[in-house]
Amino acid sequence: MDQRTTIVEAEAEPGGVPQSLRELAGDWGADQEVFRHVHWGKAMMWIFLLSDTFIFSSFLVSYMTMRSSVTAPWPNTAEVFGLDVGGVSVPLLLIAIMTFVLISSSGTMAMAVNFGYRRNRKATAALMVATALLGATFVSMQAFEWTKLIFTEGVRPWYNPMGAAQFGASFFMITGFHGLHVSIGVIMLLIVASKVLRGHYDRRGDYSAVEIAGLYWHFVDLVWVFIFAFFYLW
Amino acid sequence: MNHAPVPIVEDGPPPAAHEAGEQHPIRVYLVVWGYLFVLSTMSYLVDYFHLQGTLRWTLIILFMLLKAGLIVSIFMHMAWERLALVYAILVPPLALGTLVLLMSIESGYTFWTRVLFLGGGG
Repeated sequence: MDQRTTIVEAEAEPGGVPQSLRELAGDWGADQEVFRHVHWGKAMMWIFLLSDTFIFSSFLVSYMTMRSSVTAPWPNTAEVFGLDVGGVSVPLLLIAIMTFVLISSSGTMAMAVNFGYRRNRKATAALMVATALLGATFVSMQAFEWTKLIFTEGVRPWYNPMGAAQFGASFFMITGFHGLHVSIGVIMLLIVASKVLRGHYDRRGDYSAVEIAGLYWHFVDLVWVFIFAFFYLW
Repeated sequence: MNHAPVPIVEDGPPPAAHEAGEQHPIRVYLVVWGYLFVLSTMSYLVDYFHLQGTLRWTLIILFMLLKAGLIVSIFMHMAWERLALVYAILVPPLALGTLVLLMSIESGYTFWTRVLFLGGGG
């Protein structure tokens, strides 16, 4: 009756194809349910994140195309995003701090998911609020960065005094879209955290919402890893 | 969720990912957190010490991929998912390599057109 079982069992012989690969073939070949034993919300979130991957990749690839086709010099990001600490200019300091803040928020989120599955309501909610606070810190620092660039340095999407005009367009699109994701994530985390605190998921006996929110949050961190490497460090 | 015409016999092991997710000690996440901090610091130092050329790009991409791998496999639990889900999510982005290749050819063409015919003006 269940074709998948037949496929998996038929080839289960010593020295044959590994079990996980046989399961893969079975899951996809059975024409019934590809994401077996996966919460539907989680599967949907992964598919959304996959589509989001393509959106961010489009931005990054267009940035690559612009940067490698301009003849004017590209602005030196280390200097543009540097901060003055006691008269000494430290390159990329603000961005480094933002990176650490976002990584820390991912760490607290991973622990929140773990506590969620242990049915520890208070620890889960507290860690999620901590994650949201770190996320809000990140967005505030980004707002500071944008303000500095727009008003002090005079960067516009179509012009900047430091070099290639395309710099502004890339910068505002990429970091703006990422900042939007972080902001939405903060709102989502606060909503889920308040539901955790009110015992909503205890009544349903299902803490998957915390893990799904976590997936989104880690993805935001993941995208920042690529932006940090390609836009700021390159 | 299931629209199969035949009833599915729930056989085999119980939901692997969720059960597994419950049992990881917190220490795993703290260790990964630590690794991510170290890797970020190292990629920051690449810029701080003004490394240039191939060495710079290799190190940046190396640290980036290590960080991305840690986040996806441990924080996003990909390491404990069934292979059907892992492949459904991780294989499609490989198509982006084609886009990168095409656009780098295209940008080279644009660059030389600008240099040769537009007097080097951006």
